[in-house]
Amino acid sequence: MFLESIRMSWMNITKNKLRSFLTMLGIVIGVASIIALITLVRGAADNISAEVTELGGNKIFINIIGTPLKQGLSRDDAEIIKSVENVEGISPTISGKTAIVYKGNVIENVSIQGKNEVYFKADPGLIRSGRAINILDLENKSRVAIIGSNIVKDLFFGTNPIGEKILINGNTYTIIGTLEATRGFSMSSTNDVVIIPYTTALQSLGIKDISSLDVYLDDTSLADETVVKIKGVLNRAFNYREDSYTIFNMGDIIESFQSIMSMMSLLLAGIAAISLIVGGIGIMNMMLVTISERTTEIGLRKALGATPYTICLQFLIESIFLSVIGGLLGLFFGALLAYVLAAFIGINISILFSTNALAMGFSAAVGIVFGYMPAKKASRLNPIDALRSL
Amino acid sequence: MQPVLSMRNICKSYYTGTGELKVLKNVNLTVQKGDFLSILGPSGSGKTTLMNIIGCLDTPTSGKYILSGRNILDMDEFELASVRNREIGFIFQNFCILPRLTALQNVELPLIYSGVPFSIRKTKAMEILERVGLADKMHSLPNQLSGGQQQRVAIARAMVTNPSILLADEPTGALDQKTGNQIVSLFEELNRDGITIVMITHDRNIAVRAGRIVHILDGIVSEQELKPFVS
Repeated sequence: MFLESIRMSWMNITKNKLRSFLTMLGIVIGVASIIALITLVRGAADNISAEVTELGGNKIFINIIGTPLKQGLSRDDAEIIKSVENVEGISPTISGKTAIVYKGNVIENVSIQGKNEVYFKADPGLIRSGRAINILDLENKSRVAIIGSNIVKDLFFGTNPIGEKILINGNTYTIIGTLEATRGFSMSSTNDVVIIPYTTALQSLGIKDISSLDVYLDDTSLADETVVKIKGVLNRAFNYREDSYTIFNMGDIIESFQSIMSMMSLLLAGIAAISLIVGGIGIMNMMLVTISERTTEIGLRKALGATPYTICLQFLIESIFLSVIGGLLGLFFGALLAYVLAAFIGINISILFSTNALAMGFSAAVGIVFGYMPAKKASRLNPIDALRSL
Repeated sequence: MQPVLSMRNICKSYYTGTGELKVLKNVNLTVQKGDFLSILGPSGSGKTTLMNIIGCLDTPTSGKYILSGRNILDMDEFELASVRNREIGFIFQNFCILPRLTALQNVELPLIYSGVPFSIRKTKAMEILERVGLADKMHSLPNQLSGGQQQRVAIARAMVTNPSILLADEPTGALDQKTGNQIVSLFEELNRDGITIVMITHDRNIAVRAGRIVHILDGIVSEQELKPFVS
């Protein structure tokens, strides 16, 4: 009997192909938009999170604004911070801008950054070719440089830059390595920089202060306490003027970013769900029309022995069919839309099973909820009245 | 022997804005197994209401109705559906066969509702279709069949569950005279095989071919012996 109901429902849906399709369209659009929106937002969030995490989830960034008396951190201050509990290592940055020269080619205004070995150890993926700065370079204040990918392109197109000599601020440096290209909108893009040992930078760039400091933590979960301790050090160093530095805990940023993204995807899904409800009303309307068209048939079936339950089941199956087929089509088009848009924007996406299950479950629920009222109405039809409307 | 159908003092009233409208007044009717009964009456006489009550599609306002030994008035909607399925075979004026199903599928329909398995259902439906002379039309759709053939499909459908009564409402009403006669001949034939038939009609020429005639006029039923019609 159940199989017969399914067969009858299917016949009725395929009889009016255009009408069934138009009825399903609401569900198709609803499910497609839910799938596409959730997938895209999640994809974008994952991509941005990955980039942010690349910057380091276990990092604290200290940026020094300085006071009129003291422009930046001294090496001693950095050593004190290094000795704070839970600090695994520190990577100071000394930055300046100057011209670099290679065989008569000049690039003006290049960002020169003095770094230490910790910076490279924390992220081995930074180096594309050659080697990183090591402790010996720092101790010897070696004139060695690691150059960003754009500088490689501009000065060494088609040749190997390792071992070549460039002029920075009038001094000759040997290129020991090149940096991996970083992605476009990352805030820590190192494509256009030249990195030299920070001890060398202090000596030969004429800069005496450390302008920023990356602090690497042993245990990310204790980040808040470590931040408090580091603030203590900084407060002493800058005479308790808290506006002289900024301190970012990367973990906090990632966390709040992720919670914003998940809220956003919920909000978008909620908006898309409204279109599912509109689609459901479309199904209900169509079912009511079908039932009034088929009043005679319902009366006849009742005369032949169909129980109210059987009639209700038949129409309920029909509306569930409509919504589930609509859901499947929506799934397909939503996934297609998400992939096309993702390729267009340039993000990686993956369509999760849970998203599909959610959308399918929701559309089946729409079929049941909005199909129940018309089906109940059909099952309550008085067979005499139904047969009389011949 | 217990009658197939027994009605005692059946009344049916409708309540309209102006008051009570008595459609059936103290109807007494007994049908024995093997009867071929026609209920004859003009339109507005209450014969359709009577047929609806016989067919368990409607319930009387008062009275007692026993069908195959069971009290119909005590039954709920689900029991009534089962009685309609197993005890009554409906034949309608305009056939009422579903246009998208083949003759065979139409005949199978009541068996689906009584939960008969597919293979048995098909065999039964085919046997019945052969019996009404449609062996070669089993897989035809209704629009490929003539009116007489469609009514035969409806008769086959009515008989397929082996009901206690075949209940025909103006079975010849939508047919020409010749085809109508053929259908009545089929009824006669089925009746000779022992099938109980109740036929409702306003056509005296059709009615006289039944073994018994019951007249209904203004809701009152009276039975008379079969005698030549005098106008």
